[in-house]
Amino acid sequence: MKPIQTGVIAILAAAALAAGCAPAEPAEPGSTPNVTLTYTTFMAVGGHEEDLNTIIKAFEADNPGVTVDAKFNPYTDYFTALQTDIASGTVTDVFDIEHANFRAYAENNVAAPLTGIETDVFKQGILEAYQFNGTQYALPASFSTVVLFYNKDLFDQAGVSYPTNDWTWDDEMSAAEAMTDKVNDTWGDYQPVTYNEYYKTVQQAGGSFLSDDASQVTFDSPEGISGAKFLVDKVGTVQPGAGDTSTDSDLDLFASGRLAMWHNGIWQFAGLQEAPFDWDIVVEPGLTRQASAMFSNAVMVSATSKNIELATKLAQFMTSSKTAVDVRLAADWELPPIADSSLLTAYFDRGKPANRQAVFDSLDAVALAPSIGDGQAEMSDTVTNFLSEAAAGRLTAEQAVTQAAEAVRPVLPKK
Amino acid sequence: MPNRPKPRNRRQTLRYGLTVAAFLLPSALPLAAFVYYPLGQAIWTSFQQWNLISPQKWIGSDNYKSLLADPSTAAVFWHSAQYLIAYLPLVYVFALGIALALNSRLAGRNFFRSIYFLPVVTSWIAVALVWRWLLNPNSGAVNAVLGWLGLPGPGWYNDPHWAMASVVLASVWKDTGFVMVILLAGLQSIPVEIEESALLDGANWIQRLTRITLPLLSPTTFFVLIISLISGFQIFDQVYAMTQGGPADASRVVVLEIYDLTFRYGQAGRASALSMMLFVVILAISVIQLRGQRRWVHYA
Repeated sequence: MKPIQTGVIAILAAAALAAGCAPAEPAEPGSTPNVTLTYTTFMAVGGHEEDLNTIIKAFEADNPGVTVDAKFNPYTDYFTALQTDIASGTVTDVFDIEHANFRAYAENNVAAPLTGIETDVFKQGILEAYQFNGTQYALPASFSTVVLFYNKDLFDQAGVSYPTNDWTWDDEMSAAEAMTDKVNDTWGDYQPVTYNEYYKTVQQAGGSFLSDDASQVTFDSPEGISGAKFLVDKVGTVQPGAGDTSTDSDLDLFASGRLAMWHNGIWQFAGLQEAPFDWDIVVEPGLTRQASAMFSNAVMVSATSKNIELATKLAQFMTSSKTAVDVRLAADWELPPIADSSLLTAYFDRGKPANRQAVFDSLDAVALAPSIGDGQAEMSDTVTNFLSEAAAGRLTAEQAVTQAAEAVRPVLPKK
Repeated sequence: MPNRPKPRNRRQTLRYGLTVAAFLLPSALPLAAFVYYPLGQAIWTSFQQWNLISPQKWIGSDNYKSLLADPSTAAVFWHSAQYLIAYLPLVYVFALGIALALNSRLAGRNFFRSIYFLPVVTSWIAVALVWRWLLNPNSGAVNAVLGWLGLPGPGWYNDPHWAMASVVLASVWKDTGFVMVILLAGLQSIPVEIEESALLDGANWIQRLTRITLPLLSPTTFFVLIISLISGFQIFDQVYAMTQGGPADASRVVVLEIYDLTFRYGQAGRASALSMMLFVVILAISVIQLRGQRRWVHYA
């Protein structure tokens, strides 16, 4: 009988074999470089592959002799593949990361410290988010925020006035109740019951998710419980629960005109241009204060790259060159994190939503995502699991928060 | 080996050994590279703390100790066991029924054999999507049929009590064709003379099934049992695609836990230790089965 193997073993085998054949094309110093830089991206996958290729072509034109070989991995499997590549020594010269796991990569000596970069072009707050112990380990490529989308037609039909920047949770809930019509599969609101929403609603309720040094759980507080209740109470009342609607996708629900309000990111703008109804956005309401989620992607240079200097140049070009900024804006991709906001004026003429100012207003009060290093995914999975249990009615919001806090404590970094 | 040439001197012994080695090499090399070397690596890794991206750190048996102290370890093994307890009888009974039917002189039996085998060669991702659609608690076909019969439809993959049942149903549907083919081969190797003489002696269908067919099929049944147990403990695709281990970790099986620990939670060492524990469990069960077969397996 054959011995029993598991996926891990197979991966280790592949990793061990791949480690033996590292690609090497070192450029002779001084000579005309004939170099191939490799790059892995998730940012461009799902509609912006050609836009990325445009940026790459411009970089190649600026740097004769340099070819960029880009690999497109979808977000869902991106970090699994990246870790395996790092473990086996086959990671590309440049690769995308997101802010949530920046710390894990920065503190494990995976990233090359970036030197000789032009820093003034970036929005300083976002640039600093990619520093660790005072060293720049990645360059921000984009940022996006989460806002409240609303279907104007459904508001008009129900005679409910449109959301404003002064709205609180109570206004949102009563409007959602007025517009929910379960019989016709039309719903008032949709906000995923997940960690990514929850660390934000805790802050919207006036609390905090973790202590400043990330060593203590602080969401097991009255504010944390009301943040959980806000998410959980919607499910089954104004928001479809599991199996309450014919579609699995909240995007479908909103795009087909059966959802009045939707908490989602500005990356959805491009896909909703053809929607058969009028829609707009506002900054998400809070309970005691506004706090909007901001996500940011960045590019990192591998510490094992044979061409760190050129790779850094590519990272700079991908994130802050005029070409990159123009392409991103023209494609209604996520926003480039550049300091000169006059370059962003084009963004305001890109069609719906009319209130694009809300995207920038939402930056006035950002709910920073906790970033704890190795335990990040376990923490977010754990919190999402307990909140889902509360949404399914098997736990109360208070039980879910208490039990999630208990389960998260062991994965936090020690003081 | 009755016809093995008897080596006469040392030179011939060497020659014989080299010949055997030359024939074994093509399979021994990949086996060593892809099975035994990684197995050794996994054992080594199980004593390390390793998040895949920073260097490994030796921590002795800490991974094993913490796994044994963690109640979720027992839980994932129990979930795998639940799967097997429900899956094995179902897949065997269905496959045996179909194999018996297709072993007779039925018109178009080759067509039916292909039809029943089709799910085996279908990708798990596609099968999982279709079954999620069939089992959708609100709009799925299964609950619609149950509704017509006046039965309440369960929440299937949304309900912790039914999530594993959903995985079992899809797996039985997909694997029946495979088990059927093996059983069919077993049935066809049973000499027709035995059945004919039983028929002459006046044995009815039930008697022939329980006294002749099943006992003579027992070596095949044993084979099916042992490979199904091993593959049952290793299920991953269907759980990953259908439930992701949820809800509330109710369908979290051992290999899914190994995957998450390695690729999501940065604990590849702990995951390797769990792989070793799984290896020991499967080995133990296989040994028990091999020992126990004397009581019920009849080789003709």
